[in-house]
Amino acid sequence: MSPWLPILMAVPVVGAVVVALLPKGSDKLAKQVTLLVSLLVLVLTGVMAAGFRPGGDRFQFRAEYDWIPSFGVKFAVGVDGVALVLIALSVVLVPIVVLASWHDADGVKTADGTLITPKRSVKTYFSLLLVLEAMMIGVFAATDIFLFYVFFEAMLIPMYFMIGSYGGAQRSYAAVKFLLYSLFGGLLMLVAVIGLYFVAKVDTRTFMFPELIGAIQDPTTQKWLFAGFFIAFAIKAPLWPVHTWLPDAAAQAPAGAAVLLVGVLDKVGTFGMLRFCLELFPDAAKAFTMPIVVLAVISILYGAIVAIGQTDMKRLIAYTSISHFGFIVLGVFAMSEIAQSGAALYMVNHGFATGALFLAAGFLIARRGSPFIGDYGGVQKVAPVLAGFFLVAGLAGLSLPGLSSFVSEFMVMIGTYQSPAHGSGALTVAAVISALAVILAAVYILWMVQRAMNGPTAEPVKAFKDLNAREVLVLAPLVALIIGFGFFPKPLLDVITPSVKETVTNVKVPVSTIAEKGTGQ
Amino acid sequence: MESEIAQITQHTGGVIGSAWLMIAFPLLGAFILLVFNRFTNRWGHLLGVAMSLASFVVAVLAFFELIGFGEGERRRAVELYSFIPNMNIDMGLLIDPLSISFALLITGVGSLIHIYSIGYMSHDEHRRRFFAYLNLFVAAMLLLVLADNYVGLFIGWEGVGLASYLLIGFWQFKPSAAVAAKKAFVVNRVGDFGLLVGMFVIFTTYNTLSFAELKPIVEENGTTLAIGLLLLLGACGKSAQLPLQSWLLDAMEGPTPVSALIHAATMVTAGVYLVVRSGAYFFPEGSGAALAVAIVGAATLLAGAIIGCAKDDIKKGLAGSTMSQIGYMMLGAGLGPAGYAFAIGHLITHGFFKADLFLGAGSVMHGMNDEVDMRKYGGLAKYMKVTFATFFIGYLAIIGFPLLSGYFTKEGIIEAAMEHNQVLGWLAVLGAGITGFYMSRMVFMTFFGKKRWVEGAHPHESPLVMTLPLMILSVGALFLGGYLVMGGTLYTFLRPAVGGDPTPPVFHFASVPGAVTLALVAIGAAYAWMKYGRAEVPAVQPRGSFLTTFARRDLYGDALNESLFMRPGQWLTRIAVFFDNRGVDGLVNGLAAGIGGSSGRLRRLQTGFARTYALSIFIGAALLTGALLLVGTI
Amino acid sequence: MTTQYLVLSGLLFAIGALGVLIRRNAIVVFMCVELMLNACNLAFVTFSRQVGNLEGQIIAFFVMVVAAAEVVVGLAIIVTIFRTRRSASVDDANLLKY
Repeated sequence: MSPWLPILMAVPVVGAVVVALLPKGSDKLAKQVTLLVSLLVLVLTGVMAAGFRPGGDRFQFRAEYDWIPSFGVKFAVGVDGVALVLIALSVVLVPIVVLASWHDADGVKTADGTLITPKRSVKTYFSLLLVLEAMMIGVFAATDIFLFYVFFEAMLIPMYFMIGSYGGAQRSYAAVKFLLYSLFGGLLMLVAVIGLYFVAKVDTRTFMFPELIGAIQDPTTQKWLFAGFFIAFAIKAPLWPVHTWLPDAAAQAPAGAAVLLVGVLDKVGTFGMLRFCLELFPDAAKAFTMPIVVLAVISILYGAIVAIGQTDMKRLIAYTSISHFGFIVLGVFAMSEIAQSGAALYMVNHGFATGALFLAAGFLIARRGSPFIGDYGGVQKVAPVLAGFFLVAGLAGLSLPGLSSFVSEFMVMIGTYQSPAHGSGALTVAAVISALAVILAAVYILWMVQRAMNGPTAEPVKAFKDLNAREVLVLAPLVALIIGFGFFPKPLLDVITPSVKETVTNVKVPVSTIAEKGTGQ
Repeated sequence: MESEIAQITQHTGGVIGSAWLMIAFPLLGAFILLVFNRFTNRWGHLLGVAMSLASFVVAVLAFFELIGFGEGERRRAVELYSFIPNMNIDMGLLIDPLSISFALLITGVGSLIHIYSIGYMSHDEHRRRFFAYLNLFVAAMLLLVLADNYVGLFIGWEGVGLASYLLIGFWQFKPSAAVAAKKAFVVNRVGDFGLLVGMFVIFTTYNTLSFAELKPIVEENGTTLAIGLLLLLGACGKSAQLPLQSWLLDAMEGPTPVSALIHAATMVTAGVYLVVRSGAYFFPEGSGAALAVAIVGAATLLAGAIIGCAKDDIKKGLAGSTMSQIGYMMLGAGLGPAGYAFAIGHLITHGFFKADLFLGAGSVMHGMNDEVDMRKYGGLAKYMKVTFATFFIGYLAIIGFPLLSGYFTKEGIIEAAMEHNQVLGWLAVLGAGITGFYMSRMVFMTFFGKKRWVEGAHPHESPLVMTLPLMILSVGALFLGGYLVMGGTLYTFLRPAVGGDPTPPVFHFASVPGAVTLALVAIGAAYAWMKYGRAEVPAVQPRGSFLTTFARRDLYGDALNESLFMRPGQWLTRIAVFFDNRGVDGLVNGLAAGIGGSSGRLRRLQTGFARTYALSIFIGAALLTGALLLVGTI
Repeated sequence: MTTQYLVLSGLLFAIGALGVLIRRNAIVVFMCVELMLNACNLAFVTFSRQVGNLEGQIIAFFVMVVAAAEVVVGLAIIVTIFRTRRSASVDDANLLKY
């Protein structure tokens, strides 16, 4: 029993209560407390992560408490490598988001100087943010599938309010769409969770993930349960064709919430595929590989092509994420260690890259009050630092080598290319087709940069101030991480690889017949 | 034929052991200049030059350490760190004759261009940023050539692409510059796709991407041919070879030193480097892949030369010429080890004389208020003596005037091509003749004839900080070729890295193709003299024949791309967006509307009359009872 | 003997049901509901007697308790409605609808 993970979840919850109970009018204090709490969580996570031994026990820092004993439900947490890096991603992003959304909940000043405040108070926003942080840690740490399900669904609540109360003009539509889509998937998953509970061949009925591995033998049962989990995760991820909630939600959410939505919440989908879909239902996963790979490839190209045609910056970024999630799903289902490690790494890198891009776009939008690319132009001349950060974040989005997303995209593609999972070479073709996205990515990012940042300076842009210290402080750590992990991905990979190896073993992927080094065939 | 390349030995210590400093210096420079921003405005350019020079010093020291080893031990690999442990990809440097030649060229010519830029960019308020990008470029280019594996090479490959993007778009407030920058990046990405997929195939087939672990192939098979063609696609993108040539002419939107450094001397030759580096593995002499390289080279050398004939913009003319000269290098690179030495030799001499020409053009522009139209030049020789002299040396070198640098290397390539394939050889001869025409045209239009200046032009010689690099480069343009080619100096030096016969090929001063080449060059120059030297040059571009228009429009390359890719792409995008909004999302919204609509109808059942509810309860109970009776449960 | 009691119970139930459906006065509807409940009580007691145990009679007591509680609440509601709307017709109290 290790108290680490319960503490990590308790700290933000306590913080959230404190922030919520602060007296009216102490907005600034609420922000400061939130920032402090999120930094504390970051430090605690850092200390915990330092004690993680890659290659040791699969789940470390385990803690188990009985929750609903009559059904065998436990409050059981523990992290493997993939979960650890995703928790790290979450706790790194939260303080950054807090700092970035410093004024997001304050309201918008209209042209005639009146302040339009959101429906709910500033402190509620930051309190929700901390609640969300606790749940993000919980969802990745849960080793009890029922607990995972609870977090999976409960995460929707704070995000629903963050979009619905603090978002843009179409916020209600977007929030409801997001909620309904996710609930639909969640219910299918609930059915599958209950089914799993009853049909698993274990001595005592349980929801504990480690005990359920290999507990379903019948292929047909596997397929049905797999479908329940997969559809929920595909909606969350989001995979084509159940993706349309994301552009709306991301475009309407305040920039900070959009970062957490796309950067962390959506990763629960791909994380779930990697851990639950593959390991609990290996035969079904193998049977469904081809259709899923096809959907992933469609997502990659479709997301990229639709992104090119967007006029709204935030929607554009959301569509690029659909393309990137296609890569992650492709990597997960390529059934090779390299591709799956790449996919897990991609989850982290995408969080940083897209986070930086959303935040930079958010700063831009905050200056002009319009998300439309056409309303900008020549920002580079008046705000070179903002333009510079925007460009670097964009380049990370197009997976420029030397930036972190390249390593993961490269691993996913090469792992897929050489995957022996389908002897027919279908995965090879999938890898080559998905590589076309490198061209499309250059078009969507650079065209946006060209329209927004380059060219003659548009009249309303001339009054732009460059980034202030707070905003630089938001983007600089992200850019440092993007460049750092671009050249030194080893620390992350060392943590990720052993747990991916477990997955590969549990799925019983056919071992590739790798050629002798350098000899050729 | 004996063409085994030398084994790679692991190396620690010495200058070579710290060769990473070569990359680290300019990288640090770029970092400082970008991060500390305007605080470095005052001395930023000096830091940039210093970092580039420091890198050059390391390269020279490493070179001397390298030649201290025996011929078979001149391929030294330096381990740096583990990059992607899952795939056993380590970041490491490979210092061998090939990479050190490039490193010397990049840092040497690069430093000269840094120095030149101090003067050229002195009036630009963003000079510091310019030097930051230049330093970034030098670092990335060094990583490209020094990396000991394809992944490292690819990182450098994209790094130079980024630097090129930033520098072409340096004056990004001009929409044309911004568009050109984006175009360059996107077209390059098409090539990168090839390189990327090529790496997939290599890794899948050989389970490694490291040069040290790949072994030269004995016989070409389908896989190596595929790898070769994919790598060639990558090379075509970076080196502006057909069919991915279209970005280079637009890239002239960047400041002239950029055109000299990136789009003439170094970056655009990365494709040649890639082919030569992979030569032993995937482009063995006489293979289909090598033939494809040679054909692409021959086609581009003609296309570039033809484009060069019709351009009035001095930089675009030089850009066409660059395409053409890289075509020669590619042709050489497709001829196996004998061609490699000449290809690399031409690459080095071209680095000097083309940088000389570009910087000379920049010096002319500097003195003419940034005018680029040669029809508005004329008679400048008197006003810019140093620029004229150095430009003229560069001119003689590029047309292959006997005993100058370009003569040796270009003739070498032509001769090597003749031995392999007469058709390619004669195409190269023809290309040399056209070169003679368009380069002479450029010199006559710029420096001779009547003044056709626009009002307010006061041509003046550039300051020493700009002319000194010109002089140094022109010395290289004079003698370097002879030194490298005579007695097979470069051939012997490169042999451990690229393979080849122990005896170097002999350079023939008197051969039939050589004589024909010289004759054609002379005819071309004479024709140019008739049209542009003796005759009056019209200040306005004449309409020109069909052929001239063809060349002016870059052989309709852009039109082709536009109608084949851009327009269909735009339509596809529009259709996809429409489909997403109306199709996919329409389905979702339709479902929601359907549910909403039907529940709107259904709620009408809730009438508010208690007795109606009672009736429905009774009917329900009756139905249930009936159903139970029917199935016999009661 | 049992059959006659059950027939009577069925008749009472049918009369009650019909009354609920066709009468408008809330008081009368209420009485009809009571009638139905008591019809059920009769059936319970009859069965209890027939099988010879006490469960049926116990249930009958439960039903009586529920009926009494229902009268209290129901009459209170009816009186309140009558006070505000001056009508005891169930059809007039139809505001709670779509």
